Amino acid sequence: MPHSRINNDLLRPLFQTSWRFYLLVGIFGSIVLAALIAWLSQAYFGFGVTGIAWPIYWGFYVTNFVFWIGISHAGTLISAILRLVDAGWRRPVTRCAEVITVFALMIGALFPIIHLGRPWLAFWLFPYPSERLIWPNFRSPLVWDFFAINTYLTGSVLFLVLPMIPDFAVVRDKATGLRKKIYGILALGWRGTPKQWHRLESAMSIMAVAIVPVAVSVHTIVSFDFSMAPVPMWQTTIFGPYFVAGAIFSGIAGLLIAMALLRRFLHLQEYLLPIHFQNLGKLLLVMALLWGYFVFNERLVTYYGNEPSEMAVFWRTQRESFAPLYWTMIIGNFVLPVVLMGIKYFRTITGCVIASIGVIVGMWLERFLIIVPSLGHKYLPYSFGTYRPQPVEIIIAIATFAAMTLLYVLFAKFVPIISIWELKTGPSERTGLPHHLGHVGPVVTDRPRP
Amino acid sequence: MPKWGMAADLDKCTGCGACVTACHAENNISTVGADQAARGRAKHWIRVERYWEGEFPDVRLKFRPVMCQHCDNAPCEPVCPTYASHHTDDGLNAQVYNRCIGTRYCANACPYNVRFFDFFNPSWEKPLHLQLNPDVSLREVGVMEKCTFCVQRIKATTIAAKAEGRELKDGEVNTACAQACPARALVFGDLDDPESEVSRLSRSSRGSKLLEDVGTKPKVTYLSRGN
Repeated sequence: MPHSRINNDLLRPLFQTSWRFYLLVGIFGSIVLAALIAWLSQAYFGFGVTGIAWPIYWGFYVTNFVFWIGISHAGTLISAILRLVDAGWRRPVTRCAEVITVFALMIGALFPIIHLGRPWLAFWLFPYPSERLIWPNFRSPLVWDFFAINTYLTGSVLFLVLPMIPDFAVVRDKATGLRKKIYGILALGWRGTPKQWHRLESAMSIMAVAIVPVAVSVHTIVSFDFSMAPVPMWQTTIFGPYFVAGAIFSGIAGLLIAMALLRRFLHLQEYLLPIHFQNLGKLLLVMALLWGYFVFNERLVTYYGNEPSEMAVFWRTQRESFAPLYWTMIIGNFVLPVVLMGIKYFRTITGCVIASIGVIVGMWLERFLIIVPSLGHKYLPYSFGTYRPQPVEIIIAIATFAAMTLLYVLFAKFVPIISIWELKTGPSERTGLPHHLGHVGPVVTDRPRP
Repeated sequence: MPKWGMAADLDKCTGCGACVTACHAENNISTVGADQAARGRAKHWIRVERYWEGEFPDVRLKFRPVMCQHCDNAPCEPVCPTYASHHTDDGLNAQVYNRCIGTRYCANACPYNVRFFDFFNPSWEKPLHLQLNPDVSLREVGVMEKCTFCVQRIKATTIAAKAEGRELKDGEVNTACAQACPARALVFGDLDDPESEVSRLSRSSRGSKLLEDVGTKPKVTYLSRGN
């Protein structure tokens, strides 16, 4: 594909704005605004406007927290792994993925504050030298969360912004006026000299290696929020890897949906090809099987352990009040993706999107089913309880998806959503050949010739 | 240094609920009204759990007063990110209301579900607002509260004894619930003093701890001769 054509296609959304953009921003912006009002009303009237009640003190908010931190594993981890194994087909996909990471983390990281009883004191979680010489409790998994999420957010912002620099330079060269000035600042003086390319590639190699353990640790630590407390069905050693697998799983699903939407609305049919969906679909299949394996392990071991308090929770999800949600989760997370992605005939773009929607619903339910049934069925039968989410929580949960879409729409407006320079340096994507046929040589030589 | 603990004789407990009322009065625990209580927002630092045993008509009614067990190995303490929930030198499981930011993690970790969240700012119907105990701070919306073993009484009595230059006597410090119990089913005192009544009862062969297998090492002993 000629380079001028790539420039034209990928920069079009930046320079042309249709009424559809304003409509989307208007719709999703108002949903986010509604959620903000909902949260302010919670702060004003008291936490009682939510459905949280004794003894189920965590509900939708913590579900959303774990869900969005999970979605954030879409990007950085997948794109880092694809970079490390030098999969040529990754090129049009990486940036879509990395953006999901940053935005999902931003949304997820709001929830520990949204769910606080006294959110105005959230800064007490920060390890700052207070005049009273009080530090946060470093034994608390919530403080580990604070560090893990901040590290991951910093890392993935760097990972996203570094390869954007050459593209900012492209926009700078095409733009005029104020826009030229702004993109000029963002491009950090990029001239495309061999030395600059070399530095960028070294930085990307370092980041790609560094971000993988960080991503794994983040969701392990999120799982520690549960597995460190003596609550039936929470205290299990499998939670670390189970959560990481689930996070990557939901992340791929989120990425597939985002890619399908971008392909359609930004007219990227020639860049995001069926092969990308097929490859990611295979990855989705692997993760679905892995997820099923973890659930099978968790359930079977609990069943044979036959500990009374755990069995109470077990049956509650398996065939009592939470059973409809549980089996919806199994269908969405396992049956649907395994059937659709396992049969080549269904591994199309539409098939991928249907399977991904199933996974998104299933993974949200998975987190809900970990939190609520256990807390409502903790040891003493006298203190069993139920949870009924209230409008505030439902609005905020819906608004997270609106916020994600809004941020994505805005991002695609201001930054080329497909990495222009990576695409230019890569193999011909139009052939649709697998990367090992269409691409030779390591990353370092992938440099546009001056 | 004393180690405060309690013994609850289930063979004596009649389930009258005097302990619950006394606790509410002593500790300024706000009531939330019927609607909120039905939704699970009631705060009873001590509650009388009622269990039916056997099949109708041959049933037995059992009561068990449950309050914070002041565990020596308390799951609520390490999980609190701000040290609002922490262990004092005299073995109390303290809750610093002013330090609490309301993550509610402690309540999730507590196997006994004896921690209560303030969903709204406290309010009292007139003239009940005039009967508040000046020794106990009020808790604002968004913090966790729970049984303190009437720490205000422990402190006041300890300070008074120290001023007079003498040791505390057994039975000198008493919690509101134990003081109000007409059947004397609840006994409070120093577990470090082998002669104290609570020590004697805690060593009884009728004694057991609640959810002992969770490994929390509670300081409340339940006495029951079983069936």
